[in-house]
Amino acid sequence: MIEIDNVSKLFGAGDSAFRALDRVSVNIRENEFFTLLGPSGCGKTTLLRMIAGFEGPTSGQILLDGQDLSDKPPYRRPVNTVFQSYALFPHMSVAENVGFGLNMLGRSKSEVAATVTEMLKLVRMTDLADRKTSEISGGQQQRVALARALAPRPKVLLLDEPLSALDFKLRKEMQLELKRLQSDTGITFVFVTHDQEEALTMSDRIAVMSAGRIRQIGGPREIYDQPADRFVADFIGDTNFLPAEMIARTGDSAQLRLAQGVEVTARAGQIDKTSGTVTLAIRPEHARLVAPDAGQLTGVLDEIVYFGTDTHYHILLDGFGTRFVLRLQNTPDEMRMMQQGDRVGVALAASAGQVLKD
Amino acid sequence: MAKSFDVRRQPGFSTIAMLCFVMLYLPIILLVAYSFNAGESISHWEGLSLRWYASAWQNDQIQAATIRSITIATTAALLATSAAVLAALATTRTRPWRGQTVAFAMINQPLMVPEIVTAVSLLIFFAMLKVATGYTGLWYLIVAHTAFCIPFAYMPIRARLQGMDLSLEQAGADLYGTPVKVFRYITLPQLWPGILAGGMLSFVISLDDVVITEFVKSAGQDTLPTYMLGQLRRNITPEINAISTALLALSILLVTAMFFFSRTRK
Amino acid sequence: MSPIRTRAALLAPAMVILLFAAAGPLVIVLIYSFLTPGDYGGVIWDFSTDAWFGVLAERDFFTEELSWADAHLMVFWRSIKLSLMTAFLSLIIGFPTAYFIATRPRGSRDVWMLLIMIPFWTNLLIRTFAIMELIRNEGTINTVLIAMGLVTQPVQMLYTEFSLLVGMTYVYLPLMILPIYASMERIDFSLVEAGYDLYATRWQVLRRVIFPLVKPGVVAGSILVFVPCLGAYVTPRVLGGGKQLMLGNLIELQFGQLRNWPLGAALSLTLLVIVMVALIFYVRAAGNEESAHG
Repeated sequence: MIEIDNVSKLFGAGDSAFRALDRVSVNIRENEFFTLLGPSGCGKTTLLRMIAGFEGPTSGQILLDGQDLSDKPPYRRPVNTVFQSYALFPHMSVAENVGFGLNMLGRSKSEVAATVTEMLKLVRMTDLADRKTSEISGGQQQRVALARALAPRPKVLLLDEPLSALDFKLRKEMQLELKRLQSDTGITFVFVTHDQEEALTMSDRIAVMSAGRIRQIGGPREIYDQPADRFVADFIGDTNFLPAEMIARTGDSAQLRLAQGVEVTARAGQIDKTSGTVTLAIRPEHARLVAPDAGQLTGVLDEIVYFGTDTHYHILLDGFGTRFVLRLQNTPDEMRMMQQGDRVGVALAASAGQVLKD
Repeated sequence: MAKSFDVRRQPGFSTIAMLCFVMLYLPIILLVAYSFNAGESISHWEGLSLRWYASAWQNDQIQAATIRSITIATTAALLATSAAVLAALATTRTRPWRGQTVAFAMINQPLMVPEIVTAVSLLIFFAMLKVATGYTGLWYLIVAHTAFCIPFAYMPIRARLQGMDLSLEQAGADLYGTPVKVFRYITLPQLWPGILAGGMLSFVISLDDVVITEFVKSAGQDTLPTYMLGQLRRNITPEINAISTALLALSILLVTAMFFFSRTRK
Repeated sequence: MSPIRTRAALLAPAMVILLFAAAGPLVIVLIYSFLTPGDYGGVIWDFSTDAWFGVLAERDFFTEELSWADAHLMVFWRSIKLSLMTAFLSLIIGFPTAYFIATRPRGSRDVWMLLIMIPFWTNLLIRTFAIMELIRNEGTINTVLIAMGLVTQPVQMLYTEFSLLVGMTYVYLPLMILPIYASMERIDFSLVEAGYDLYATRWQVLRRVIFPLVKPGVVAGSILVFVPCLGAYVTPRVLGGGKQLMLGNLIELQFGQLRNWPLGAALSLTLLVIVMVALIFYVRAAGNEESAHG
């Protein structure tokens, strides 16, 4: 429904111009919870503001239901935004805020009133309709901002890091709430965040961005289990990177030789190579700690860090010169007797690794 | 229990501060007190009376000067504030642009150039205009006052605009408000405290002006302050104190109102 | 309309007014300073640099010999001296006062500042006038002194440099307190606590911790007092009584009794230049502070 076609955005001019977006193309589908994920400065907010109409693309175009949006100012786009700061009008009550869009569209008083009531019910804010926006809590402001943006029934709802100002517990709660609202209303949500966990929990699909480019688009599982390149693997979750030599490849399966002479099988991913040096990515929870002679890799236990739900074991691998981090879930009856300096083995789960694009 | 150590205390500072407040207010209080003196002196108390207020009230010159002062201050404040609102809209929240420095320098110019220099330059310029056009009316004073009021009106309005969250107007546009509607329903309602503050400041500044008025005015165009300055050459009576007290009351009223207004709006 | 055109249209009214009644006329002053004075005021349109010479020098009427214009130099010296002294006196009174206000509880600080601001927003002439009533020979101070038997004759304070100093300090003191308070209020008092924790005495904390932190405010305040003092007109006119001229009064004299408009124009521009130098100094200092902290 939204087609972003080869869009670039430059700020400034000449050699000093900053390329905020570099030939970005995405298709966002109807009724989808779509997330733009990336570190700050990666261009995700610029892309969102472009869909909203606050920025124009330097080149390329953005289509909504096949219609070019280029010449439409924000107030002619059937797209509404939940702002990071919420941007609630301080001189209006909660209800007036929610009704603002419909009033601007010239809807009748009764229609506005009915929709406002409905929206406030949807976000469970009916009791506070007449409050000033400064008199309600951060979480409540968040709900009002949502109701306000949903009230005109936009085709697309844009959310610019809307949960970043909330504390941890409230954020978890609102994540579920947002998910519920999206499936209740059937409106396409485009959600911007730098929080990978948030993105994985809520999204139907995620576009991972960095330095103005899209690195990978896919479902949460796909992004996590099969990161396309080193950036994605590093940005989402923790990853061990091991240098490897590709010795054979059959379809999606690659045969690799590691520094200790060990041979392992891994997913080939999006890589075109059939031989040469590659990087293997292995998630910390996809390996097990075993006796020195029982695993594929060996090393010395360098550090043990307790995290409550799990424990991280840092291992100095023989012959790699790098650390390998391994994560094991803690269980109540378990008592691992390992100590710093012990020699250990690392067993990799079958086809646990992913070969990365450079 | 041992006395706790007060990190904020500096010996003697509070005493100096108290002296400072006494010094600031004692002359004003004496000035006000003697406006109620029954005698003709401004230093010998001879009993309570309102005779000097009555005498000032009945003085034709003072009446004319008062009306002139208020006419000029009101007009200048309205003009300066309107111009300042537009200028503030043009100079805030934009990316740096060429000519920005010039615009700021122009707006702040009356604050930087000594008043006596502006007064002299206006004396020369308006003298030329008066000869060329034959017009010697009040508008010279009004325009001069408007010019030096602009920076005072501009400052609080610009501060207000800068303090305004840009995303509010974007939210307005996002929610189908056209630029005119966004200005009407979102920008303006929030700008009001700034506009009001700018207007009141301008009014007070114009009302208080002596130097520029003294140099620009044609014969018979005394405002209250220039009238008072002229009276200083003669025998001073508490009548001057009475006018001063009235002006003082007006200024205090406006400044205090502005103070509480800005406080409740925060 | 394009954004640039909109901006130009929005700026136009203010710019036109300012050009017409503030910035533009300064150009005419510059032109006038190179003309010949008319006999009854005004100018004769003959080019002359006499006015600029006249700022610092004078030509003997008979022998045509050039010598320093002692009277002008006196006025320059007095203006600069009194302005510096006023700034210094204001600092001595203003710094502790700003400190006092900044260390009050948050809610009452605004009220104390309002007490500073009220005199500032009241008519300058009225405040000067209030000081005059206080210090003149028949004024309150002398009346009290005589009544107490401390003096038999009133002490002459009015029409002296002392009266100018007192008057200008009284009038411009808020301009010192305001910026010092602004930087003082932002001080994180845990820095002061850290100072005491590291064995500093009260004086050392003041000198080594607090003062460096509020230095930008002190510089700003000093310039804000110094500049208007230099161009002061009303206060020296009322309290100097024509005996203690400052630059502003000297300029007025050229347009009034002495009927030498070109000299008045040249003196005005000289004053303007001195003020601009002071302001540039201030902007530099403020800029350095900002980059040092930014």
